[in-house]
This record gives sequence, C-alpha cells and structure tokens, in this order.
Amino acid sequence: MKKLHFLEVEGNSRGFYTLLGVFGLISLIGMFAAYYMEHHGHYVTGMSNQVVWGTPHVFAIFLIVAASGALNVASISSVFAKTAYKPLARLSGMLAIALLAGGLVVLLLDLGRPDRLIVAMTKFNFLSIFTWNIFLYTGFMGIVAVYLWTMMDRPYNKLTKKAGMGAFIWRLVLTTGTGSIFGFLIAREAYDTALLAPMFVIMSFAFGLAFFMLVLMASYKYTDRPLGDYIINRLKNLLGVFVAAVLYFVIVYHITNLYSADHQGVSAFILADGGIYTFLFWVVQIGLGSLLPLLLLYGPTGKNRTMIGLASALIIIGGLAQLYIIIIGGQAYPMVMFPGMEVSSSFYDGVVASYSPSLPEVLLGVGGVGVTLLLVTVSVAALKFLPASLADEVADPHAK
Amino acid sequence: MTSKIEKEDLSRRNFIFGSIAAAGLTVAPGVMLYQTANARDLSKAASSKVRWGMLIDTSRDVDWNKCVEACVKEHGLGNEEHSRPDQRTQYIRVVEVKNKSTGYSMSLPVMCQHCEQPPCVDVCPTGASMKREDGIVLVDRHRCIGCRYCMMACPYKARSFVHETLTDQSTTTPRGKGCVESCNMCVNRVDNGQLPACVEASEGAIVFGNLNDPESDISKLLAKHGGKQIRADLKLNPGVQYQGI
Repeated sequence: MKKLHFLEVEGNSRGFYTLLGVFGLISLIGMFAAYYMEHHGHYVTGMSNQVVWGTPHVFAIFLIVAASGALNVASISSVFAKTAYKPLARLSGMLAIALLAGGLVVLLLDLGRPDRLIVAMTKFNFLSIFTWNIFLYTGFMGIVAVYLWTMMDRPYNKLTKKAGMGAFIWRLVLTTGTGSIFGFLIAREAYDTALLAPMFVIMSFAFGLAFFMLVLMASYKYTDRPLGDYIINRLKNLLGVFVAAVLYFVIVYHITNLYSADHQGVSAFILADGGIYTFLFWVVQIGLGSLLPLLLLYGPTGKNRTMIGLASALIIIGGLAQLYIIIIGGQAYPMVMFPGMEVSSSFYDGVVASYSPSLPEVLLGVGGVGVTLLLVTVSVAALKFLPASLADEVADPHAK
Repeated sequence: MTSKIEKEDLSRRNFIFGSIAAAGLTVAPGVMLYQTANARDLSKAASSKVRWGMLIDTSRDVDWNKCVEACVKEHGLGNEEHSRPDQRTQYIRVVEVKNKSTGYSMSLPVMCQHCEQPPCVDVCPTGASMKREDGIVLVDRHRCIGCRYCMMACPYKARSFVHETLTDQSTTTPRGKGCVESCNMCVNRVDNGQLPACVEASEGAIVFGNLNDPESDISKLLAKHGGKQIRADLKLNPGVQYQGI
C-alpha cells in the first residue's frame, strides 16, 4: 500500500466556481422560499391543521438521518479498525456535519416563528425529545469537529480512536432520538412504536452511505483524481447490506401492525388503499428505492460505476419516499378517537387528510440539500479532506 | 428546571393578568365589584387545590353549534382571510359519531381535553405548551416557536396553527401568526369568576367546576352518574369528561 496523501481541491478553477454558483443559487432560492412562507404565513403551503409537518420535514429529517449515516465510513475506520476505510474518514466526518447543517437549516426555517430561535436555545423542557435533539445535534457537530481535528492534525492522531468511538456512540443516540420524535407519539397509529428508533438508525446507514458514495464519486470524477475499484466495491457491497436491512425493518413494522387489530388500519392504508402513499410505497420506496438498487449493486452491473451511482441516487429517492410516507402518510391517516366508529366533523375527523406539496416547501427542502453541497464544495477546497489518489495501489491495504 | 420554567411562567402570567386586572379596576369598577365574589386573587399563582374540569352530557338535546359560536365570539376566531378551511383555527368542534353495525349515532363537542398528563406539554421543546396548577392546559404565545410538535402529539386533534397574520383580535385572546393555539378553557373568564363561553351557551349540558372539590356540582354529578373520557386507554386523565358516550 502506497503512502496516503491528502490534498485540497483546486479552488481557483472554473469547475469549482461553477459548482459554488449552482449550489449557492439552490441555497439562495431555498432561503427565498422560506422568506416567502414566513412573510405570508403557512397558508401558502400545503400544510394544514391536519398535516402539520410537510415536505420541508421530509427533506430535513432525511438530511439529519443521512448525516449520522455519512459518519459510518469514518466509524468503520476508527472504531472497527478497518484500514481500508481510513482514507475516506475525513470526507465522512465533514459530510456528516454538512448534511446535519443542511437539515437543521430547513427544520429551523419551517418553524412558525424562526425568529424565536433564541427562545429554543435558552428555554428548555427536558421532557421533550425535541429538546434532547437540540443537544444531540449541536453536540454531534462539536464531537465530529473534534474527531476531524484529531484526524487532520498529526500530533493528535493518537486521539482519533477515542474521538471516533465517542462520535460513533453519539451518532447512534442521535438517530435513536430522531426516530423517537415519531416513536413516542402515542396518539397516531403510524407512529407509537419503539421500532421506529432502530429503523431510523438503519435508514441512516443506507441513506448516509448512498449520499457519501455520490459525493465521493462526483468529487473524484470532477477533479480527475483516480478512484480505484477496490474501495468502491467495498462500499457498494456494504450499501446493499444496509438497503436489505432497511427492507427487513419495513417488513417487520408492517407485519407487526397487521397482526394487531388496533394498528391494522394504518398498514392497510399504506400497503393497499392509501392512493399516493400506496404508490410511493410499492413503486418508489420498494421497487425503485430498494429492489432495483439491490439488483444494480449485486447483479451483473455491480462493477459499473454509472450503475453504482444510479443505485445510490435511487436509494436516496426511495429514502425520501419512505420518509414522505412515514411523516405525511402517518398524519394523513385519520386519528382514531372513537375506535370502531365512523366519525366526521368540520375539523376533518375520520377522513384521510389531503396534502399536496407547494412549490415553496419543495424549494426550501431542496435548498437544504444545496446548503449541504455548498458546504462540501467549500470544505474540500479549503482543507485536506480528499486523498490525492484512491487508486487501488493506494487504497487497498493488501496491494503490493 | 421544570419548576424554574413554571416560576418564570407564573411571574409573567401574574404580571399580565395583574395588568389586566389593574386596567379593569380603573375602567370598570362596577363590573369588577360584581365579579370579585368568585374571581381568583390574581396576585397569587393558580392553585393546585383547584382542578378545573367540564362534564358534557351528550344525551341532552342541545345544539352544540351554539357552543362553537360562543367560542368563536369569545376568542375572536374565524378572522382568517387567506387560510383554506383545513388551515383555519377551531378551538371546539362538533364531532358526529356513528356505530356502523348498530346505526346508533350521536354528536358531541370536542375541544382541548385539559389532560392531567398532557402529551402536548411533554413534547413542547420550549415549555410554551403548559399546564397551570389548576389543570388548565394552554400555550404561552410569547414562547411558542411554531414547531407544531404538540399538534403531532395531541390525541384529540385539539390544536390549531395560525397560518396567517391576524388583525382585529380579541383583547383577551392574543393570537399570532406562526404560533399554535387551542381551547384555554376561557382562562380569562375563569380567573374572573365567570364560566367558559361554551359552558354558558350549552343550556346546562356542560357543567363546569372544580374536580378537586367533592362538594362542587361537577364532582357530585360524576360521583352519582360517572363520566367517560375519550381515549381513556391512553391514561391521560382528561379534565373534560362525558356522559352518554
């Protein structure tokens, strides 16, 4: 194995400024969308008193979940001592921070009163999972920043394993916290299960790694740096395992629901009579987002870079669909106040709530992705996150 | 920490209600003197010796829409100009319930159930969603950041989000764009010794009183006839109970 050499991406280049411009513009449009929503009020969105969390939350929670998953590559290197992943650890940590920042921006800007951020940062109710998450998110940024420092500053390299362990445990708690935002909601049939916490952890593994692979492959392609098959094959095999594990949790979730009479309704809704949610489940989440990627990753196309990239993109799209079903489908399904009875009211009791995403909501969500990619672009140019080469003779510990 | 939040809330509330009381004393001494018999001493915090509750008799032939109208009038609701129907605030609504197999149907008013263990209070990150010592659950609109987690958590769909800028508001019910709101049991009236607006409009079908006082009308009725809670299985012990459901 040749010596590993990290190098900044050339910042003073046309390609760099183009990316900066594109991602900056996407972020800016997102910010304008948020301003538009806040200026007028949420009546300009598809959200209502029935579906209170909409498309921005789908993006925000996707990015937050993916953030902790993106850190996995670094964890495998530091905590599980797999040297093959060491060259990727810096990018993994930086991407984790960038994804979390993108997600938090969306979450914050969708608040009814984002101007009261100071209230959220100073008045705490420690019974609230949201409060725990405020500490988990800020703490995650801090601990990953320290972890990156120990990796990038040679005298502190000896602390990397400890910092990596801390970050690994923290990220597991963080995603458990994100899953518990829903898992603790006793009122709604779609949530109300502890299964959501581990399911979100495994979802983070898949979404985070898919995002990581796209960023990795794109960065090396645009900078003309060599990226060997060894590292890509290891990553894509791991990605497939994570996708299969998410599928397993989805199956257990629905089988458990279908088995108990008081939770049958919501699973029947998603699996069979939910209209758009049923379509999203079978076609996008399961077909395009899970089975097709597994086929692309493990089938005859498994060594084709384009197909691996396509599989990663499909996993992200499937992940967004999965969160859309969980977050919005879970709210659209009517809350049961009188079990076994037919109910109706002026407040839409007993009916499936309608929701269609408005343009500002989508733009705000995509803006969060823009913020993430903007941060990544600036970071790889400012600091030594990417190895100059990941060709097999550098990346493969067994290469001669 | 929680107790600290409560103390801060109480002092702020005391200031607000104190100010209202002072203004009231200045402009309408006659009204105040008339009401002081049952009014709470606003210089002191609400007491946990009292737990306000309601008992709603659904078997009574009452037009529950009158309660809704009284609520809308009291709190100045219905002044949205842009919001869609599913975005408009409703503190109280009439729910029609029908048993598909027997055909039996009834209607009942549903509002915030003022739970003893309110999920909305548990999940609120800033403590804006709070329960007073006397059991009234309400939102501190100066502290609400509009995250809507309480709306996700409430098993009764009792809360609404203000989707637009509102003008021409009721002076006793400040409402602001981007905040969550719900039935506050007409806390302004209760503190003043009056009945909540819906109770007054219910022609006696809703009994309001102190659940902690065995001699109150509501306690006597509950002792004699019992009361039912919506989603009693969740063990939230709502302060709003029903007969005939």
